[in-house]
Amino acid sequence: MKRPQSGITLLIPFLLVMTVFFMAPLCIALGYSFMAAEPMGGVRPEFSLAGYQRFFYSIETDGSLTWDTRYLQIIYSSTKLAVISTFICILIGFPMAWFMATRPAKQRDFWMIVVTIPFWTNLLIRTYAWILILRRDGVINTALDKTGIVDAPLELLYTPFAIGLGLVYSYLPFMILPIYSSLERMDWRLIEAAQDLYATRLRILWHVVLPACMPGLLGGIILVFIPTVGSFLAADLLGGGKQMMLGNLIENQFDKGRNWPFGAAISVIMTAVVMVGLLLIARRGQGLKGVVG
Amino acid sequence: MSNNARSMPGFGAITWLGIAFLYLPIIAVIAFSFNSGRLITVWEGFSFDWYARAFGNSDLQRAAINSMIVAVSATTAGTIIALAAALALHGGGLPRPLKNTSYALMALPLLVPEIVIAITTMAFFGAINLRLGLGNVLIAHIVFCIPFAYAPIRARIATIPKSMTEAAKDLYADEWQAFRHVTLPLLAPGIFSGALLAFITSLDDFIITYMVAPPGATTLPVEIYSKVKRGITPEINAAASMLLAVSILIVLLSYFINRKKVL
Repeated sequence: MKRPQSGITLLIPFLLVMTVFFMAPLCIALGYSFMAAEPMGGVRPEFSLAGYQRFFYSIETDGSLTWDTRYLQIIYSSTKLAVISTFICILIGFPMAWFMATRPAKQRDFWMIVVTIPFWTNLLIRTYAWILILRRDGVINTALDKTGIVDAPLELLYTPFAIGLGLVYSYLPFMILPIYSSLERMDWRLIEAAQDLYATRLRILWHVVLPACMPGLLGGIILVFIPTVGSFLAADLLGGGKQMMLGNLIENQFDKGRNWPFGAAISVIMTAVVMVGLLLIARRGQGLKGVVG
Repeated sequence: MSNNARSMPGFGAITWLGIAFLYLPIIAVIAFSFNSGRLITVWEGFSFDWYARAFGNSDLQRAAINSMIVAVSATTAGTIIALAAALALHGGGLPRPLKNTSYALMALPLLVPEIVIAITTMAFFGAINLRLGLGNVLIAHIVFCIPFAYAPIRARIATIPKSMTEAAKDLYADEWQAFRHVTLPLLAPGIFSGALLAFITSLDDFIITYMVAPPGATTLPVEIYSKVKRGITPEINAAASMLLAVSILIVLLSYFINRKKVL
């Protein structure tokens, strides 16, 4: 009864939509990154490496190039912030996942819902909510003022700290859930065995638990790092324009900066880095399936 | 003693603090939406005024209607496309490379940074000179709704034993009847759950819509963003709280329908 044609017919709408509205745009952006910029936005259809040169040089009025590390610094600082945020997500997320996985089965459902709700609620709202909490007359400063702990309000908003906080907050559930699903599947007898052999808690975590939950941990790192390094909202709303993430730098090129080829070049490099990273992880036997579903 | 290593010192405390951390901002937004005062962070008393104001605001109204149109249409289209793809990929008979390509296409929208999808889609619509107003937003949403709708359907399809459809065919059901009366009812929870996830994802999307939406085709998150940029008011908190409530209800609904992991 199996007729392969019917299978292919069912797949056609999917292939069509994804090819035309997902792959084609990616290819066009790749093309744009090798073209010349129009001053008011858009591209001039002629080959140019100016989009990529801009990472290292700025163009003087006479057309000469001078060494300029402005953008490299943004790339460096936003990557650094993303790495730190991902690391903090592990530090908070692992204990939470562990705690959830060690609850009795009935309570685990409750914990899953509790962690999943922030995961699926609006990122924009969850980010701007921190403005209410961090500003000079916000929740934290009001509380500190009432208790008399500080004389002057703390400057919390519009700092790198606020961006990092926003990033950790936004993507923490992305770290908890994959680690939790690894821990839930772990063979807990291994831990008992290690314990019988007088292993300390630290040694058990390092030599038994860590290898067992590696797929979840890698999945979590991917799911947190990718959106953080490309994030727009945290730096835009909580950073006060003082520090950019790569996402803000890209958005800026298509908005005020009006340098489409440069924006496309950053996108190409960022996507390439993400894909190479994923391939390396997939090579180590984890596979994309472990990450996505 | 066997339970000893399961309880790590301090992990419980970190978890409770972590949960407080996850919920504090959400609670702050909802709490201040009921504040009677104009000042957004000083509590002056309980009131529903800002909800009335938010409902009366024509910008927010239009944006909310746009959001609903896009979310409902993108969910419908995305879920149907994802269901068809899931049936095709599960059914077998497809050449291996085609299957692998499809799996990659399904995973990519979740793995490519969102800002990249946003600017590439915007540049693409510009390049082919597509000006469908809200239609542009809808197309962009369908693309990222498909993988979200697909995941639960795929998980559900794997649990249906082949013997079910074979039994139907033994009773002379044709392919459509077997699908309509056997496969579809069994798949229903997965489809419903996938549709709900696609719906929230569409309803909550900001950055892609922000880049792609032409003037007049803004959705609620984009409208809230532009208002937040001008200064947060209790009215925005009220609109935001309603959006939060919809998302939370849908997550709970999806959870109880599938009673399995939502992710």
